[in-house]
Amino acid sequence: MPEPVPQDLKAPEPEHCPGPQSEDAGKGDACTGCANKEICESLPKGPDPDIPLINERLKDIKHKILVLSGKGGVGKSTFTSMLSWALAADEDVEVGAMDLDICGPSLPRMLGAQGETVHSSNSGWTPVYVADNLGMMSIGFMLPDEDSAIIWRGAKKNGLIKQFLKDVDWGHLDYLVVDTPPGTSDEHISVNSFLKGSGIDGALIVTTPQEVALLDVRKEIDFCRKAGIRVLGIVENMSGFVCPGCHGESQIFKATTGGGEALSKELGVPFLGSVPLDPRIGRACDNGESFLDLYPDSPATTAILDVVDKLLEAVDAE
Amino acid sequence: MKTIVVLSGKGGVGKSSVTLQLALQLASTNAQVGVLDLDITGPSLPRMFGVENYKVLQSHSGWLPVRVSPQLQVMSIGFLLSDRGNSVVWRGAKKTGMVQQFLRDTYWGDLDYLIIDTPPGTGDEHIALAEEIKTVDGAVIVTTPQMVAINDVKKEINFCHKVNFKIIGVVENMSGFKCPHCDECTDVFNSGGGEKLCKELGLTLLGQLPIDPAFVETVESQKIVQMYGSTSMKKVFEPVAKAVEDKVQATGVEQLST
Repeated sequence: MPEPVPQDLKAPEPEHCPGPQSEDAGKGDACTGCANKEICESLPKGPDPDIPLINERLKDIKHKILVLSGKGGVGKSTFTSMLSWALAADEDVEVGAMDLDICGPSLPRMLGAQGETVHSSNSGWTPVYVADNLGMMSIGFMLPDEDSAIIWRGAKKNGLIKQFLKDVDWGHLDYLVVDTPPGTSDEHISVNSFLKGSGIDGALIVTTPQEVALLDVRKEIDFCRKAGIRVLGIVENMSGFVCPGCHGESQIFKATTGGGEALSKELGVPFLGSVPLDPRIGRACDNGESFLDLYPDSPATTAILDVVDKLLEAVDAE
Repeated sequence: MKTIVVLSGKGGVGKSSVTLQLALQLASTNAQVGVLDLDITGPSLPRMFGVENYKVLQSHSGWLPVRVSPQLQVMSIGFLLSDRGNSVVWRGAKKTGMVQQFLRDTYWGDLDYLIIDTPPGTGDEHIALAEEIKTVDGAVIVTTPQMVAINDVKKEINFCHKVNFKIIGVVENMSGFKCPHCDECTDVFNSGGGEKLCKELGLTLLGQLPIDPAFVETVESQKIVQMYGSTSMKKVFEPVAKAVEDKVQATGVEQLST
């Protein structure tokens, strides 16, 4: 497999680097004296020549949904896997799940594809199929061993994301669900700019009820607005916990400021629902099994399916 | 001054929460503590310390962090934003610049401990941190009990080895939830992951912190700095902080003798 290196920069980007691909590359104040000046100046400018290739590659994908959250550990990957299982429950629907979390890919484990390797053919990299109609692709598959740390600067991540979008042979898909890392940085800017041309249906925002999480989620929604990504809705995860012993309900992460629902009202975005914390969800994810199939009568399953329905309505309402 | 870095490969496991508790606990022993928040795109510390509306002041000697108590100062990008909902959409190079500026230009005065909170992963902020400060007295790794978290944490440990951060030990957060109705403890996020990880890699398990809704609520109400002494989490966290303190002080001696 070719090592995905986007630019062969001689030195790390300086503090106020305008970005090697920007119009000002090689011309900014920070470029004076930078070892990369000449390389940046000579890089192709203007529209990225790879974008038409990405558009071509993804043209048979009907819907693309990003799963975002400013905060880590709120359940982006869990929800991505649930959404994928739920969509793939219909045999006639082709689903792809893509993991863009380069430093901490969780989807392979959650979808039961841990330890698989990606095969490359003439037509590109073939996704790993965890069900007949559910393919998945993650950076996790390309690491030499499971535990090695990916210590990459942003520019290198962008290159890999581009290659991901350009080279993975998804074929025809009804839905591509894209899991992202927390934050609003390189991965998010890149995936948005690379996918803009082929069309993103929108973003599903995942949060937990506490204000500490909502604070970061506000930022993510602000990012979506700036980037022109439609917010399909907010789902509140880990809201409420039903004790398996006494069936008493308690709020582990108390929504002192009204939780996801109040936030969606405040920002004028749809609220898709709350999913209670069921300890079996974590266990099913650790084992790479579909929680929805294992525990169809759990209140969490009902809540998740309800959210998926509302989400699909939002996608179709476009 | 001792520098302690709080790390985790996984997001939302409680890095900021552990940073908060460690800072409050060390400060309660009369040490001067500085807390630096390196999470550029999702700073949580201003909210957690209850100083969300404060601003950083510029002085001749550099940026003056926000003082939360006579013992405790905090620096975060959150103090530099004009609105709390504003997003910081920055690529790596710019984040690197910000991290360097925080590390170089913050005027802490005399500190006994500098605790550095980090974003999840092993990205630009971490590389910048490792390049900028050569002397980290120890790293505290935070995890939750699930395998999914453990996987990411292993990567972070690898990162620590690569950049020569000494690992003090592992804190397993969210390990069990005691139902307020029947007092039965449920492993909400699976169990035993932290212990297994420590055994496998020969690390010290500094402690297992249960989910305490009362503590979460106190933090949410932004009164934790005043109320910390009376929370039940203090008792649970005390030995963790003590272990960190002992290990960090011990590494100092080791460095002197070599």
